[in-house]
Amino acid sequence: MRSRTPRATPAPFTFTFDGRRVTALPGQSVAAALWCAGILAWRTTRHGGAPRGAFCAIGTCFDCLATVNGRPNRRACLLPARPGDTVTTQQGTGHDR
Amino acid sequence: MTADLAVVGAGPAGLAAAATAARLGLRVTLLDAAERPGGQIHRHPAGGPVPRAARRLTRRLPYAPGGRAGTSAPGRAGAPRASAASRDRDRVTYLPGHHVWTVARDGDTWLLHAVAGVDEEPAVVRARAVLLATGAHERQLPFPGWTLPGVVGAGGAQAMLKGGLALPGRRVVVAGSGPLLLAVATTLAAAGARVPALVEAADYTAYARHAAALARNPAKLVQGALHGGALLGRGTRLLTRHAVTAAHGTARVEAVTVTGLDADWRPVPGTGRRIPCDALAVGHGLVPQLELATGLGCATRRTPDGTPALEVDAGQRTSVPGVWAAGETCGVGGAELAETEGEIAALSVTGRTSAALARRRARLRAFADAMAAAHRPGPGWTDWLDGTTEVCRCEEVTAATIREAVDGLGARDARSVKLLTRAGMGWCQGRVCGPAVARLAGHDPAPDRRPLSCPVPLSQLAQPPGAER
Ligand SMILES: Cc1cc2nc3c(=O)[nH]c(=O)nc-3n(C[C@H](O)[C@H](O)[C@H](O)COP(=O)(O)OP(=O)(O)OC[C@H]3O[C@@H](n4cnc5c(N)ncnc54)[C@H](O)[C@@H]3O)c2cc1C
Ligand code: FES
Repeated sequence: MRSRTPRATPAPFTFTFDGRRVTALPGQSVAAALWCAGILAWRTTRHGGAPRGAFCAIGTCFDCLATVNGRPNRRACLLPARPGDTVTTQQGTGHDR
Repeated sequence: MTADLAVVGAGPAGLAAAATAARLGLRVTLLDAAERPGGQIHRHPAGGPVPRAARRLTRRLPYAPGGRAGTSAPGRAGAPRASAASRDRDRVTYLPGHHVWTVARDGDTWLLHAVAGVDEEPAVVRARAVLLATGAHERQLPFPGWTLPGVVGAGGAQAMLKGGLALPGRRVVVAGSGPLLLAVATTLAAAGARVPALVEAADYTAYARHAAALARNPAKLVQGALHGGALLGRGTRLLTRHAVTAAHGTARVEAVTVTGLDADWRPVPGTGRRIPCDALAVGHGLVPQLELATGLGCATRRTPDGTPALEVDAGQRTSVPGVWAAGETCGVGGAELAETEGEIAALSVTGRTSAALARRRARLRAFADAMAAAHRPGPGWTDWLDGTTEVCRCEEVTAATIREAVDGLGARDARSVKLLTRAGMGWCQGRVCGPAVARLAGHDPAPDRRPLSCPVPLSQLAQPPGAER
């Protein structure tokens, strides 16, 4: 493992969101990386189909649910982004299609 | 292995308790849902150093996989005084990424069941005593447009910035109530966001009624003044007795309406004005996170803002023998109070007391009570709802549906509203809409009662528990 000095800049990496490349820093949550890319919504609600993204940002509200690597209902504000992740907008329960 | 003490939560309260208990010779297991220690206030990016203010607390944590804790406190200020600290470290098992979903009695010990890591593996910890230091989450009051992307929790915006270096927008209105708003506005501005307005529903003059508590906390006053000064210098308007009563936009928030309030937080007609922005950070204070404690049957009390918090005695014992609590679970009061209570609780587990700590707790608690009273939501806020406002974000239940359940079908409390409308029945189990639904049903919120503290994979509920740690 690389030694950790206080000022070392961690190397950024990429994952995809709905096919678009998004840059993330090691340890950054999926939600934080999406915000940095100017993306605020990555779910549509079950009844109204309204767009939602992170709201509480600490794992309480479940508004930030995303489908990550094919698995729906992941809380994007808690989940650390990993190189090569495939994040997609979750429609409704995420099990509909 | 059976720990002498299991601590749930590695915020200021849990860290202070774990460090003190280890110093007193106890073997401690410290569990936290988050990946990094420090709780809400000392949130920091992965890979970055533990914030200076938190190092005093984290230096007694053992090395953790990925070097999350003690390893990142290098050199001078944070240098452990070698032998004592390393001996204490050996007594602490730190389990980051462990969300405890229930605590159960097993003979004369406790079993803490957790889901661990990204893959949600089961984990069980056995301990002779339990300390709950699970902190708080934000209180939210709905308003038209609050589900638009770009409307985020005020503490949430703070957490995303501190932990993820991310901003929700470039022009961010900060609104709601409580001292956290000042901190949030300051952090956002320092990170380069424009904060056109800081909108506070309470009136700071309410503090004047509690002059005695304030006089004993000069440090707090200075801190507050600094926050205000730094902000005003950056062109932020401070609007007290005002609220954001609507957010506007289609795909995301584009503007908010800010309206003057009367003393009961009722919007004053004709006072609304529009402020353009691309994000809104909003929160109406904090509410203690109680579900593990109420699951155990711990008694609660009401704080001066009408919120349930754990009832504890002078030694931070809950009403359930063998279970202690510290920090914001016992009432919201900030990091210094949380740390003090953590220390007192650890002393109390080993049968000790400290008059000095008890005095500090009394002083800080008095201040916290004064703040809670000043920022208690007035009943008039429900007037800014319109029928289509989604009060329950998870189940998309509108204010009109809830009012129909109350006025038309006779629901008298949040529980009946939930059964009739599904409000509070979704993923978050009413954590977000609970206070608002209770108010619409005409009363203060009841203590949390949720069977599980977080979603648990079905396989873990059905299976015998995983290996004990
Ligand atoms: C979103 C948010 C942001 C905040 N930002 C600030 C700020 O910037 N400045 C400030 O002065 N105050 C802030 N606060 C207030 C803060 O709560 C206090 O200042 C202080 O951190 C309280 O300390 P604590 O130890 O009681 O709780 P916390 O610091 O909240 O720590 C509680 C810990 O318990 C863990 N936890 C909770 N439930 C479980 C469980 N079931 N299983 C395992 N772990 C669990 C959490 O992950 C957390 O780390 C914020 C609060 C919130 C909710
Ligand atoms: S934003 Fe609330 S759970 Fe992720």
